[in-house]
Parts: sequence; C-alpha cells; structure tokens
Amino acid sequence: MTQSVVVQVGQCGNQIGCCFWDLALREHAAVNQKGIYDEAISSFFRNVDTRVAGDGGSIPKGKICSLKARAVLIDMEEGVVNEILQGPLRDVFDSKQLITDISGSGNNWAVGHKVFGSLYQEQILEKLRKSAEHCDCLQCFFIIHSMGGGTGSGLGTFLLKVLEDEFPEVYRFVTSIYPSGEDDVITSPYNSILAMKELNEHADCVLPIDNQSLFDIISKIDLVVNSGKLGTAVKPKSLVTSSVGAFKQRQEKPFDAMNNIVANLLLNLTSSARFEGSLNMDLNEISMNLVPFPQLHYLVSSLTPLYTLADVNIPSRRLDQMFSDAFSKDHQLIQADPKHSLYLACALMVRGNVQISDLRRNIERLKPSLQFVSWNQEGWKTSLCSVPPVGHSHSLLALANNTCVKPTFMELRERFMRLYKKKAHLHHYLQIEGMEESCFSEAVSSLSALIQEYSQLDATKSMPMEDLPRLRVAV
Amino acid sequence: MSIVTLQLGQSGNQIGFEVFDALFSDSHCSQGLCSKRENEAYQASCKERFFSEEENGVPIARAVLVDMEPKVINQTLSKASQSGRWKYGQRSCFCQKQGSGNNWAYGYSVHGPRHAESIMNLIQKEVEKCDSLSGFFIVMSMAGGTGSGLGAFITRNLQDQYSNSLKMNHIIWPYGTGEVIVQNYNSILTLSHLYRSSDALLVHENDALHKICAKLMNIKQISFRDINQVLAHQLGSVFQPTYSEEGSSHYRRNPLGDLMENLVSHPEFKLLGVRNIPQMSEHSLAYSTFTWAGLLKHLRQMLISNAKMEEGIDWQVRPPLSGAPTPGKMPVNKNPHFNKSLANLVILRGKEVHSADLGGFKDPALYTSWLGPDNAFNMWKTQRAFNKYEKSAALVSNSQFLVKPLDMIVGKAWNMFASKAYIHQYTKFGIEEEDFLDSFTLLEQVVASYRNL
Repeated sequence: MTQSVVVQVGQCGNQIGCCFWDLALREHAAVNQKGIYDEAISSFFRNVDTRVAGDGGSIPKGKICSLKARAVLIDMEEGVVNEILQGPLRDVFDSKQLITDISGSGNNWAVGHKVFGSLYQEQILEKLRKSAEHCDCLQCFFIIHSMGGGTGSGLGTFLLKVLEDEFPEVYRFVTSIYPSGEDDVITSPYNSILAMKELNEHADCVLPIDNQSLFDIISKIDLVVNSGKLGTAVKPKSLVTSSVGAFKQRQEKPFDAMNNIVANLLLNLTSSARFEGSLNMDLNEISMNLVPFPQLHYLVSSLTPLYTLADVNIPSRRLDQMFSDAFSKDHQLIQADPKHSLYLACALMVRGNVQISDLRRNIERLKPSLQFVSWNQEGWKTSLCSVPPVGHSHSLLALANNTCVKPTFMELRERFMRLYKKKAHLHHYLQIEGMEESCFSEAVSSLSALIQEYSQLDATKSMPMEDLPRLRVAV
Repeated sequence: MSIVTLQLGQSGNQIGFEVFDALFSDSHCSQGLCSKRENEAYQASCKERFFSEEENGVPIARAVLVDMEPKVINQTLSKASQSGRWKYGQRSCFCQKQGSGNNWAYGYSVHGPRHAESIMNLIQKEVEKCDSLSGFFIVMSMAGGTGSGLGAFITRNLQDQYSNSLKMNHIIWPYGTGEVIVQNYNSILTLSHLYRSSDALLVHENDALHKICAKLMNIKQISFRDINQVLAHQLGSVFQPTYSEEGSSHYRRNPLGDLMENLVSHPEFKLLGVRNIPQMSEHSLAYSTFTWAGLLKHLRQMLISNAKMEEGIDWQVRPPLSGAPTPGKMPVNKNPHFNKSLANLVILRGKEVHSADLGGFKDPALYTSWLGPDNAFNMWKTQRAFNKYEKSAALVSNSQFLVKPLDMIVGKAWNMFASKAYIHQYTKFGIEEEDFLDSFTLLEQVVASYRNL
C-alpha cells in the first residue's frame, strides 16, 4: 500500500487541512476498532513511539502508539498554525513539520511565490524530504490552498515546481479554493490567474472548489436540519459538514462547516485506495482515466448524500437519488452545471453497501441525459469501496472532467482584465524582485489557451458522431 | 497431469479464489450420483490437477497469486484459509505496494521487467511440485493495468521459458459501459500481445455473466462475487475430470492438452467461449428436472444463435442449408445472426449421460467448410454429476461468438486513438503509437478471419 503526504499552505489551506485530519482520525477510529496500526492508517499517518527522543521512532506494525499526520504545514502568518497546535489536534502534528513566518504575504501572490519562495525553499525541501523518507512507498502529494490570497496562492504554487523537480514520480493533487465573485480580497483575480499558470504547468490533477458553492450547500443542509419537518430527522453525525463538535447545533467557526465538505472530499477520494472493496481504485488511476490530455486536468467534484435521514432502511430508490444528486448543479463544489456541458470523462467512487448492479443501473439511467465527447462515449470509471464514511451507509463522490469549468475560468479572466486594464494595484506586484508585466501577460495567455481548448471541445457537442474508417486488412 | 494457475490483478485473484472454491466444493460434494469408488477417483483426479498436499492434510491450490498492490491478495488469502477446507501456499504470492494505475504500459513495461524474475521463480516452484505438468492457466482481466499489461508480459515469459507447456489465458471481457475509461486501449494491447504468445484465450464477458445473475439466478443486487461464482461454475464444469472415451474407465489425464487439441487447431483462431446449461439458483435446482434431449436442444440453439444463456434464445436463427446454391438464385437462407463454429466440445455430466444424443452437434452446416464435424466436434461424457446438478452440459466453442464484441472494442479504441486522447499516459512508459497500430492491425485481421469462417 502507498502513502500520501498532505501539504497545507496558507490560512485557508491549514484550516481545511485541520478539518481533514480530524475527520481522518475519526474515520480510522471507527473502522479500526482494535487499535492496530494497519496499512490503511499508514497511508496518512505514522505510528510513533513518543518515548523515543528526537524524531520519535517509527513503529511500522502492531498496536497504535501515537499517530502523527503525514503533513507539512506552511503559513507565513502564525495565527492559524498556532491555533492548530494549541487545539485538540496538537499531538497529531509533528512540530518539526511546520514552516511559519510572521509577516504574512499581504494577499500578494508575488510575495508568496517569489519572496517567501526563495526564502524558504531549502526548508521546504528539507521538510518534504523528511516526510518522504518516512514513507515506504510515497504515491501522492495532496496540496491544499486557496487561490485568492498570497501565501496559499503564491507559496502554494511555488511548491508545485519544487515537488515536480524533487519528486517527479509522485502525483501532485491540488485542492484549490477559488475566490467567489464577492471575494473581499481586491487582488484575488491577480493572485488566482498567476496561480492558475502554475497549476496548468505543474499539477497532475486539480480539484477546483469555490466558497459560494460550499456556502450554498451549507444553506441547503441548514434548511433541512432546522425545518423540523416530521420524519425528516437528520442523523447528526451524518452531515457532510460535521466534525468533532457535531453535537453542537451551530459550528463555532464560520468556515468549519464548509471546510469539512472539502475534508470529506479528500477522504472519499482516497477511500478506495485505503480500504478494501470489490472494485478498487487507486490514486494513480484517477489521473490515468480522467486526464485525456495533460493540460485538461481540472476535475469538478460533487459529494452525495449531504446528510442521511434517520430512517435506517435505504430502499434502492434513495440509493438512486444519491446518484441523481451527484449530477445536479446544486451538489457541485464549484458553480458549474455538468449536465448541460460536455463530459470528457467521469468517475464514480462509491462507498458502502452498494453493488455493481446498482452502479450499472444508475449509469444506464443517467447516461441519456449527459453528453460525452465523441471519442469517449462510455467514459465512465467506477469504483466500489466496502467501507462507508462515518455516519453513512453509503456515499458517492463524482469527479467530472467536464467543460463546465470553463465559465469559472472565464469569469476569473474577466475580473482579472477589469483590474489589469486599469493597472490597479499592479505596482504591489511589480515592485517584487523577479516580477514583470510579462508574468501577468503570460499567465493570462496560459489561461486563455486552456479556455480555448474547452471551447473547441464544446464546439464538437452538436456535431454528429462519425465512426472513422477502420484499417483494412487483406484476408 | 497438473495445471498451474496464475492469478493476476484484482480480477484474477478474486476469480481464482471462486474457481478453486468451486472445484473443491464440487469434488467433495456428496451428491455425485455415482459409486463411492467413482467419487474417490474423481476427487483424486481433481486434486491432482488443482491441489497439492500439505502435512496436516489441508490441500493447497496449485496457484501463484500476483498483484501490484496488497489489498486484494490479502483478502483472497484470508478468505481461503478461513474456510479451513483448502488454502493457498504461504509463499505463493507476489505483491508490491503500488498498483499499475489501469495503465497497460505501466504493467507491461515497468512492472513486467522489474518483477518477472521473482514471479517466474514462484511459478517454477509451483511447477516443481507437479509430477507432470499439463500447462498454465492464467486468470486476468483486459481492462485494468496489472492483469492486462503484466499478464501479457508474463505470458510471453512463459512462452520463452516453458516453450513445451501449454498456456491458456482466461480473460475477463469488461462490461461494454465502462468500468475503466481506458479499457478499450488496454484490451486491444492485451489481446494483440496474447494472440502472439498464448495458445488459447478463454473469454468470459461480464455483461453475459451479469445477465445470467439477473435472469437465471434471480439475484436482485448483483455483486462481483455473484458474477465470479457463476463464472467459477462454468469453468468447473469444463475443468473437472472427465472420461476420455465412451466406455473408458479412467479420467483424462491432460485437461489443457485435450481441450486445445480439439478446439485450437489453427493459430489464427484462438478465441474460445463457454456456455453452460442448466444454470440456476440452488433453491430452484431442487425443483427442477431435465432431459438430455431438452438440454442439448437448447444448448445447440444457444451455439447457433450466439445466446449466452438458456433464456431469451432466438429460435429463428438457423444454420444455412448445406449444398451449393442453385445457380442464378440467391441462397435461400441468409443468416446474418448465425454463429458459425470452427470447433466445438460438449462436456456432459450426470445421470444417464450415455443416453444423450449429440447428433444435432454433428451437423456439418454448423461448421466451416474446411473442417468437417469429424474433426471439429468432440464430446466427453462423465457419470459423476457436477455441483449438485443432476444433469449438466458445458459447451466450449471456437466460433464467431466474439466477432461483434471484438469489433466494437476495436472500433471504440480506434475512435479514441484518432483523437490521441490518453496516449500520453502510454507513451510515458514506452508504448508508442506504432505499438497501438500494430495491435489494431493484428486484431482487424482476427476479426476478418473469424467473419470469413
């Protein structure tokens, strides 16, 4: 079995990361009743003997002594990381796997990327190498960050190049929080576009997420939870937004609920690699099946169900509803409508008591309402993992390589152009060493090229499908 | 003689387990409908073929388990040993930490060369345990990365290292609607490579097995376990011991050799399929009786109309009338759906098996003109019943049955190849566009050959 390392960068990245580790611990505690350190746990955690001084000797097998997250925490402000280290998860993190600074990046990609990038490159490399050494077989780096700020955006994407050079064989999966329209950071379009270029060039797979969608999902859940309708009592632990404090009605921190959705996404993404099932799907299969061309590696995700109703027996009608919801635009984690755009590929990762016939029945049922590109009419990748998430009897994660990401990118470009045309705030960037106007123009070209690819694919949507002439052989 | 089974990848290992379990259960079944001595001889023959003995009497499957990641093998090993009745050898597994990522090129070009030596060593150890080797049975799927890519590599190694032994590859034909997006690429690469290095390809289609589970077994929520058990039943009915001839008193010794001698006479035609009748849930079995005439009539029509099971058979399909057509007139019977055979083998097991009349299968109209039924058709009859079925018939056939599915896979792969989608994932590991083109060429040839039977 392989291991993955999570690199959480910036305020947003660390907040989400924190939620992720909390949920991961809960999940493994629920599955692993005997407290044995097994291969599933080892994918995200080390087992450490805390009595040993220094590094803490790693214990490869046997009873769980002390679990340490395979994580590297990076932030150029101390606030969030300090809070994590004082909170209930403090023992899960290895204090040596942190890189912090005090001054912050001032919501400036250039500061994050160029200034802090060069300042901390050695340290970053050192921490990454250390975490890789602790792995028997490192398969994947999960980078969590936001696009709109300075650290997550700038330093987070600087990291990608480092990872590509230092660990070329290891996959780079990036979870990126895109700024919504009403983002309060004025320069977020600049930061995002500059970061996009890096994502285009150095990421293997990107899971774009935006706050607006997360917020809408929260609102939906709140409606149901608080509606008090008869017979619709929701199991508290089953919320896709729930965390340790699940029994409280209101989350303490405003973003906790939203962050938990992303955390659940990552857990579900890796479940079929960690746990057994009748049709396994490893992380390397994700990019193999969902990335037909290297540049088109943006995957729109949706998680269902958002909650489980308290009545226990789930007839197949409800199961089918889970599949239908996965394709509705209300369940996507970015503002997108995959049903009305073109699919290049789609993955359905199912957890829990669901069998191949359920999966096939639903694919047959939903296929007619979806459009797939002509050369990938049966572009489905499926997996069945026996272990459901905590609080659910089954769940579904859908990953779509779909042209519905285009509007997000186009909007971002528009917001960028509005600022750039007036050269607003540009001097904050240009005064940083290594930054020139060409950085901006190249970044926007890179994005435009990507948008163009999606447009070209969209254009094929209404074209009639032709079977190409086959090779003729002499008989 | 013994068969050494090689279980490759998730599919191969999951299926392999069900097959050994089915073989073992059947050989220890009390409802053999034959004498005790007969039963013992059957058990002994089954054991010689598939199991070796351990000190404390628990038979060990003659198998080597290979996967590039550990989860499935671990599960398979524990399922076998939990049953307490048979198990896998402790040191018969080869496992790595990271899978092939559904990438045929990775399985073939990276895992293959890296691990071939270790895997071949394990196979050698298993071969040494056999008094006499009939050959190799390699269980794999085409859609994924390990079974398909590594499977192709190992099969070629087997050809080099054991050039005198027979190899039969058991291939899982994936569902038409994706399990894996790149399954068509993986499939054409697998088939073209195996066609060159394997002796026979025995194919089971997931879609067909699924229908059997739904329609005949009446299973509501079909799992892969259900599918694999139907498959195992079909394979068991082919591979369990049979008598060599009418009136013979001992079981055939060379299962793979006998199978292939009858069915794979020409290197251009290596695709074999299995049909089994009757097939039903154990519950229904208790209430059913059959006649050989009825069973064989259905089985014959299943062959002719290319039906996968005894329900929903198209009885309109007929073989063409033999004899030359009247000059100037079109042949009266144009049958686009008629499934022509190159060779057929019918295996009958159970009560009153000697009374079964197989005349229907000897009709020359069923076969190609260049191989008459005397050579093209064979039958094996055994009194000992299989898996509690009072009467059961299996048909192993080399016919046009895979032309349409193969054509479809080649067509889809070709369309995808034209757009160059996913090709970078293969060229990354040394499989170039030329390799794809070679595969396409070979398979178009196979399709054409079968079409023109």
